[in-house]
Amino acid sequence: MIRFQNLFKRYAGGQDALSDVCFDLDFGEMAFLTGHSGAGKSTLLKIISLIEKPTRGQALLNNINLSRVSKRRIPYIRRDIGIIFQDHQLLFDRTVFDNVALPLIIAGYRHQEVGSRVRAALDKVGLLKKEKHNPVTLSGGEQQRVGIARAVVNKPPLLLADEPTGNLDPELSWEIMQLFENFNQVGVTVMIATHDIGLIKRMDHRILTLTQGSMSECTVEDLHA
Amino acid sequence: MNRLAGNGPQRGAADASRPASRLTAYFINHAQVFVSSLGKLYRAPLSNLMTVVVIGIALAFPMGMTVLLQNMQIVSGGWNGATQISLFTRLDVNDEQAAELGQRLRLMKEIESLHVLSRNEAMNEFRSLSGFGEALDVLEDNPLPAVLIIRPTPEFSTPDQVAILVEQLRDLPEIDIAQLDLQWVKRLYTMMEIGERGILVIAALLALAVLLTVGNTIRLDIQSRRDEIVIIKLIGATNAFIRRPFLYTGFWYGLLGGIISWIMIEISLGLLSGPVQQLAGLYGSSFVLSSMNMLNTLILFACSLLLGLLGSWIAVSRHLNEIEPA
Repeated sequence: MIRFQNLFKRYAGGQDALSDVCFDLDFGEMAFLTGHSGAGKSTLLKIISLIEKPTRGQALLNNINLSRVSKRRIPYIRRDIGIIFQDHQLLFDRTVFDNVALPLIIAGYRHQEVGSRVRAALDKVGLLKKEKHNPVTLSGGEQQRVGIARAVVNKPPLLLADEPTGNLDPELSWEIMQLFENFNQVGVTVMIATHDIGLIKRMDHRILTLTQGSMSECTVEDLHA
Repeated sequence: MNRLAGNGPQRGAADASRPASRLTAYFINHAQVFVSSLGKLYRAPLSNLMTVVVIGIALAFPMGMTVLLQNMQIVSGGWNGATQISLFTRLDVNDEQAAELGQRLRLMKEIESLHVLSRNEAMNEFRSLSGFGEALDVLEDNPLPAVLIIRPTPEFSTPDQVAILVEQLRDLPEIDIAQLDLQWVKRLYTMMEIGERGILVIAALLALAVLLTVGNTIRLDIQSRRDEIVIIKLIGATNAFIRRPFLYTGFWYGLLGGIISWIMIEISLGLLSGPVQQLAGLYGSSFVLSSMNMLNTLILFACSLLLGLLGSWIAVSRHLNEIEPA
């Protein structure tokens, strides 16, 4: 699904965000991406979601070389990635329903189809009753679940989450992680950037660690050690 | 990129579906944005109304002037082609001789009609029109010559041919002066041409003003929706998708501006028509100020729509690229 080969990213200012990063993430895998802030987690996610381009090396998404994607094709590739942001990035001038419907509208689904898919996605995250609410009126955890519903509504094969539990208390965080596990169990590839080590320890998944731009892989046992 | 068909999340929940075909999706989105962009204008009526009225005024001014000018052309159209040659006989030519000359000239193929004004008739006309009635009674002799008023046939009405005809008539022994009554028509036409040119210049400047107004309004709109644009870019919106609502907003500005300016022109012409009719009545004319014809209306709306779309297009293409991510 995702393959990084000797990837370097240097920003215009000269600081190296990623250096010589190599890793593979298979179809249907779930992995955590950890590291201190500034270690390059966000940069890595930005490269996958085509916001940044690598300086050197290759990033492949489903065998597509992301350095060579033309501007015109970027939107179509992004439609196959569900992105979840730490600060939800919801639009507060419309209802929960309309927020979740956005990817479907963009992709040009028919009206009836939009309705049933949005409700299915909201049902999955347990917010079916709040479809007519404005996101402002929801709690932080609920807003994050709206963000997740929006990310999965058009059934992308890959979910990327950037600190999805950053602002949530442990209990809510655990619920959110359970949601991601559910999606993973039906075949979605999931990659979650987080520095919530406590949470990762409770789950049994691959852990990719970035340290000052370099990647190493460790197991849950290493974290316990 | 291959989707994991049938293996995604929410399997079983409404899965018989793919997005509509690219073309259908395109039309669905156009229809949605067509309506929603109008709704957006409706939700902020005051500021949008101001923009629309500015566009309306800017368009109404040159178009209103054009309609007035066209009316002037209709008025003067009665004289157009009415090239008229006045032949003043020498004073020693009496009325009978003048009438006989008239008979002869009528046979010329260049002449369509000819009217002989005898010396007495000329005197009477002058007396009644000039207001010198009593003063003229003092004169012993009639100082006015007979006049032959000639209208050339349309085939011989080009300036060159008329000039030749005038030369020919001037050489007649009975004729003192041959005068071509064309000069003032030419002057009027030249003035109207200047007017037309002036309106074009004003129209061009005001069109620029409309472009800037629409462009600036759309620019502010883009800036205030920057966050939204970033988000929908990240979830896979194409630039065309992002551009569309702004272009439709420009379209609505243009259309509504056109309607406003049409109303303004009609009201202004309505206000003018009374006094104009009075004035025409004073000249013994039954001229009625005509309002915009079909072509004017079409041009007005074509211009307003074009300017609305163009203004928003410029703003969108300039400012959308500044918003990251690509």
